[in-house]
Amino acid sequence: MADEIVELNEGTDGLVIVGIQRRGVQLAQRIVKLIVEREKVTVPQGALDITLYRDDLQTVGPRPVVGPTEIPVDIDGKHVVIVDDVLYTGRTVRAALDELADFGRPRRIALAVVIDRGGRELPIAPDVVGKKMDVTPGQRVDVFVEDLDGKDAVVLASRSG
Amino acid sequence: MHPEAAHSRTLILRGGRVVDPTQNRDEVADVAIVDGKIDAIGRGLAENGKRAGARGAGSPEVIDCSGLVVSPGFIDVHCHLREPGREEVETIATGAAAAAAGGFTAVCAMPNTDPVTDNQAAVGFVVRQSQRAGMARVYPIGAISLGQKGEVLAEFGEMVGAGAVAVSDDGKPVASAHLMRTALEYARTFNIPVADHCEEPTLARGGVMNEGVMSMKLGLKGIPDEAEEVMAIRDMLLARLTGGHIHLCHMSTKGSVELIRWGKQQGINVTAEVCPHHLSLTEDAVGNYDTHAKMNPPLRTAEDVEALRAAVKDGTIDVIATDHAPHHYDEKEREFADAPNGIVGLETALGVNITWLVKPGIIDLRTLIERMSCAPARVFHLPAGSLATGKPADVTVFDPAAEWKVDASKFRTKGRNTPYSGVTLMGRAHYTIVDGSVVYRKAH
Amino acid sequence: MTPPLGKDLLALEPLSADQIQLILDTAEPFKEISERHIKKVPTLRGATIVNLFFEASTRTRISFEFAEKRLSADTVNVASTGSSVSKGETLVDTARNLEAMRIDMVVIRHGASGAPAFLANRIESNVINAGDGTHEHPTQGLLDLLTLRDHYKKLKGLKVCIVGDVLHSRVARSNIWGLQKMGAEVAVCGPRSLLPSAIDDFGVRVFNRIDEAIQWADALNVLRLQLERMQLGYIPSLREYNRVFGVSRERLERAKREVLILHPGPMNRGVEIDSDVADGPFSVILDQVTNGVAIRMAVLYLLSGGKPELAEKAKGEA
Repeated sequence: MADEIVELNEGTDGLVIVGIQRRGVQLAQRIVKLIVEREKVTVPQGALDITLYRDDLQTVGPRPVVGPTEIPVDIDGKHVVIVDDVLYTGRTVRAALDELADFGRPRRIALAVVIDRGGRELPIAPDVVGKKMDVTPGQRVDVFVEDLDGKDAVVLASRSG
Repeated sequence: MHPEAAHSRTLILRGGRVVDPTQNRDEVADVAIVDGKIDAIGRGLAENGKRAGARGAGSPEVIDCSGLVVSPGFIDVHCHLREPGREEVETIATGAAAAAAGGFTAVCAMPNTDPVTDNQAAVGFVVRQSQRAGMARVYPIGAISLGQKGEVLAEFGEMVGAGAVAVSDDGKPVASAHLMRTALEYARTFNIPVADHCEEPTLARGGVMNEGVMSMKLGLKGIPDEAEEVMAIRDMLLARLTGGHIHLCHMSTKGSVELIRWGKQQGINVTAEVCPHHLSLTEDAVGNYDTHAKMNPPLRTAEDVEALRAAVKDGTIDVIATDHAPHHYDEKEREFADAPNGIVGLETALGVNITWLVKPGIIDLRTLIERMSCAPARVFHLPAGSLATGKPADVTVFDPAAEWKVDASKFRTKGRNTPYSGVTLMGRAHYTIVDGSVVYRKAH
Repeated sequence: MTPPLGKDLLALEPLSADQIQLILDTAEPFKEISERHIKKVPTLRGATIVNLFFEASTRTRISFEFAEKRLSADTVNVASTGSSVSKGETLVDTARNLEAMRIDMVVIRHGASGAPAFLANRIESNVINAGDGTHEHPTQGLLDLLTLRDHYKKLKGLKVCIVGDVLHSRVARSNIWGLQKMGAEVAVCGPRSLLPSAIDDFGVRVFNRIDEAIQWADALNVLRLQLERMQLGYIPSLREYNRVFGVSRERLERAKREVLILHPGPMNRGVEIDSDVADGPFSVILDQVTNGVAIRMAVLYLLSGGKPELAEKAKGEA
């Protein structure tokens, strides 16, 4: 995925990798590390918490916990790559796009996800995909990362469980 | 003159437990009432109706009082009937009806009306309104000072001549010690008590509840115990100086009780009164700014309640009075500090007193009747308060064990401001008889 | 799980430590928003909030207004002086009118203790207490806690002394409850005539001299002395107050360690606090102001949970 991102950008210039809280942040860190190893360049990295931009805030019950947002560089004119674990309805990405717009005007925004499970409710398309999976609404896909969950894994399970 | 008091009538109260402390009486018996006076107490009077002195046509009315207590009528020496001036909140008629429903055969109405009852015409007005109402008797209390301004004495003589039984500036304290002294001296001429609302104005200024833990938590200005005690001791010392009779209204603190004990030991002519709410509730009732727990003096602590109950038991406190103070629902429906002080009490007094004093065994029924009837009559020199032959037939017939739930919407008083809404009380009046006529009959 | 905050924020006294912690933690990400170029998130878009201030206040009202606007809510300011008795309209009627206008949230500051509770019991909207009489000022208490936590990284075991007219201070009360709940040690220092007589019943230490308080404390929260207290006979003069209780540079320098200085503002420079202290290196007064907006955003966010009516309004803009 790291290679594809660099290829998409035709290099590392102006690249900013932004992970969506929570697991997107760990994944973004991995990608940045891989880019350092392979291209010998450190690209800027940020974290985005989209809770306050969710479109379902008004109807969801108790307030979800808001995590930290950190965009360390000015994103005007840059190529921002949003990184997340699972792409499903597309609403999280829409919220992320809205939030990024409040930080500046990137030249381009791309989307990289580990798992694309289909089931889009908005016209959102990923640019870089780890794996496409067919998942029915009755099932859920979870991505686990070492730093948070103690293991690296992708798990498919039924919702009722 | 009560409309029903056709003097040819005889009323027999049959088979009740007759408790009359003035005659040391506690027995099941009949009470015969003739011409508005107690005629005889004994067995079999109902059957001997004619021989008990019935005059005129028809057999006497007989009320079955089995299972009920028959006592001298309750007398409330401290209530606010709002007329003249605030008739939308209570009138003498509605107040007297509420009193009757509570088992009271007589009440004394405080003079903080609008205009203040500080002259013979005003006193006469209250007397006349009471007669027209034909319910519990309403005895006026005249003001100590004109307009209750605390400056110039009102005409005690004229007011007593028109029917006043005592003087008080209640609602307000008598701030000037000099005025209290002269009032006590002057009242001796007419042999009436001077009743004082004990509250040192500068200590209590701005206070809206008891000063203590609750007031700190709620951020409300408190009234310390000492605001009452400072005046109680002052009044007793002045009574000692003048030989006058001081009656201390609505006592609320442990310290006051200790001072009154001292005063009585000294032989000072002091009598004291406590309200049912100060015997049953503490400052905790304020809870989350509940204005139905706002009154003056305020509800205090458990320690104070305990001391007051013990004082009722040993007689340090002579009288239980209600300080019935109706307010319009609108007035109580506002920020705590702005809401007026006071709760209604005529219709809950008996129930509260039995529930919190008699039921837990702190006092017996005889003592209760002493504090609610005999002593009030004695302290204020009123007729009745006894079932001795020849006394006016003011009688209360009540069920000391009846349990009932307080529903303010059913009150006869216009006021609904009670902290006992929804509370189950024990003890309820069944019949209230004034001057030999039944002015209240509990609906069955 | 931490129990939800409920409909209103009226006081800190009834909250649990977990609930207070939740608000403080929630305020952290909101601090960042005020550092952005575009200081706005769409979270409360479509919500109507009324700032009902019966007592004049510039700083608190502005702080709330920023918090509301940064969450994209629509705000209306209503300033009204005097109690319901002197004004025409009673608080009950005000409450009913607000309800009829379908206001979502009310931020109320009132001179009578218990007025926000009175309002909250009568309307469905969320009610936030911005200071009522001498009862509480919960958001001030919270921002003081946040400021202390920022600096000391903890609250448990922290020694905080509140200095001044505690008797008449709603800020003091909120601080006492909040600090105690979070495990801090609380003391007060001031003339006894300005301390509540029941203070000893609350596990709060009392210092009669400011020097003792300074030796003991990690932080001082210095309260504004209202100038009327002299007229009402509580203290003799401002000069004497400053001489005996004033927080000065010399006194602070005699402390064994650095003592953080907080003040809810506005300050009477030279009375309760000297200028070189207010502007000095130990003062976090300006941090308090910054944290104030974040705390208020956090509170608005947390209280506005899940109301379908808001969803309808937001959908209207789809």
